[in-house]
Amino acid sequence: MLVLAIDTATPRVSLALGDDGHVVAELQLATGVDRGRGVRRHAELLAPAIRSLCEQVGVEVADVSAIAVGIGPGMFTGLRVGVTTAKILAQTLRVPVVAVPSLDLVAYPVRFTSRLVVAVLDARRREVFCASYRPVPGGVQRVSEYQVLPPGELVAELAGGGDELLLVGDGVSRYRDEFASLERAETAGPAFDAPSAVALLEVATGRLAREEFVQSADVLPMYLRQSDAEINWERI
Amino acid sequence: MRILGIETSCDETAAAVVEDGRAIHSSVVSSQIDLHARYGGVVPEIASRAHVELIGDVIAEATIEAGVELADLDAIAACHGPGLAGALLVGVSAAKAIALATGLPYVGVNHLEAHLYAAWLADPDLEPPLAVLIVSGGHTMAVIMEDHGRYRIAAETVDDAAGEAFDKVARFLGLGYPGGPAIDRLATSGDPTAIRFPRAMPGEPAFSFAGLKTAVVNHVRRNPDGNVADVAASFQEAVVDQLVDKLVAAADAAGAPTLALGGGVAANSRLRARVAEVAAATGRGVFLPDHELCTDNGAMIAAAAWWQLRANGPTRLDHGTDPNLRLV
Ligand SMILES: [Zn+2]
Repeated sequence: MLVLAIDTATPRVSLALGDDGHVVAELQLATGVDRGRGVRRHAELLAPAIRSLCEQVGVEVADVSAIAVGIGPGMFTGLRVGVTTAKILAQTLRVPVVAVPSLDLVAYPVRFTSRLVVAVLDARRREVFCASYRPVPGGVQRVSEYQVLPPGELVAELAGGGDELLLVGDGVSRYRDEFASLERAETAGPAFDAPSAVALLEVATGRLAREEFVQSADVLPMYLRQSDAEINWERI
Repeated sequence: MRILGIETSCDETAAAVVEDGRAIHSSVVSSQIDLHARYGGVVPEIASRAHVELIGDVIAEATIEAGVELADLDAIAACHGPGLAGALLVGVSAAKAIALATGLPYVGVNHLEAHLYAAWLADPDLEPPLAVLIVSGGHTMAVIMEDHGRYRIAAETVDDAAGEAFDKVARFLGLGYPGGPAIDRLATSGDPTAIRFPRAMPGEPAFSFAGLKTAVVNHVRRNPDGNVADVAASFQEAVVDQLVDKLVAAADAAGAPTLALGGGVAANSRLRARVAEVAAATGRGVFLPDHELCTDNGAMIAAAAWWQLRANGPTRLDHGTDPNLRLV
């Protein structure tokens, strides 16, 4: 069973291809890089990356038998590209799709710890998306709501909790100064900044085995922010 | 050659299957008007989110209605600009996903070019050159289509689009959203000569509607008990005068023997009547596509894609979107 995993919730395109639970290819690309051919964003990078990943492995995109996708919270533009691509691929190929919150995929790779894992992604506009997790056998268990809030408020919340913390995700380095005030906190570092498609593949493999699919039409980004906050229309 | 065309540049989620740039096998448009009505205009974030929700069903419906499987088509096209940034991403991502899954070529289409090609969907024998007025909530331009793929912008708005002016004036008059149909309806019972609103930029190859909107607001504030139908009719007449004058001037200058309309405002009954009138008076051919072909739709994307594919071949998958894409 060939599974394609896609996460575009951060300024990275993260892809992995798994065959019967084994990772056979992995690719991570940074958006926003300009090497003279214009800035490459999710919309430019994702489709060719999927094609090239399959070519490297020697399979056709049409051979994929399930899609896994990170649904955020994260960058709206990235999510529109990743989630639309995943759901239309699944619909066209008539294969199941598994949707996993991207914050879970930030926490999963650092689960070998006794600390409380706090996944933090940059939400722009001086806010972060975040959730806290306890390591459990085989994965992580979320112990908070998915939230969007200013980093200072998150720091105050965490400081009051008294836990030993492991901070992970691009929001931690983005707001380094705010998080520096936390005692008993370690930082996972830039290698763990983005949601991992390999983690997505692992999580999805279990869910596929348990047939925890969603209809492709029901796969939607987790925005967390009300669209009302985006409203910026002028009055006459 | 059958092409699936996807359109998500503004507030319509649309997909269609068209053969050889002319024959419509299916055309599905899911309008989001109700979602935006309470805000009196299109809210970009709401539009983008709605496209993600609707796109899968709209594409499925378009193929079912056409009686085809996606894999049996010859190309997958999507509008890649101009339009709302977040909205464009959805249609382009969907088209590329289908192209990846089926191995079919992807074609990225310019929305304005697609409005021009809507003409061929209703009149397959049409021949350039044409003078085309593209008028909607986002665009107002007179275009000379010299030949396939060869366009010249003869006049363009320097501020608001005509459709925007309709929406803003309708909102001010308390007529609701969308403003175009509301003003069109009310104007039929008003006197278009009751108030002489300004015709901006006379003799110049440009449109302007911001001053007109202000003139309407000032007039109503000075005459709070005036007849609203007269205001609507007089405002509409001022818009239509400006549009028709500049279309005709562009056609005259270019020697174009045929006039055509495209875009949502092309559904306006007064504009259609006046363009037909002026065409008859000047011995020109006139092409007024049906309402469904004037407003945003997937069929015009598929039609333009067919011509583009013949001339330039497919679009690379690493080609993204451009919210500010120009016609030329
Ligand atoms: Zn349009």
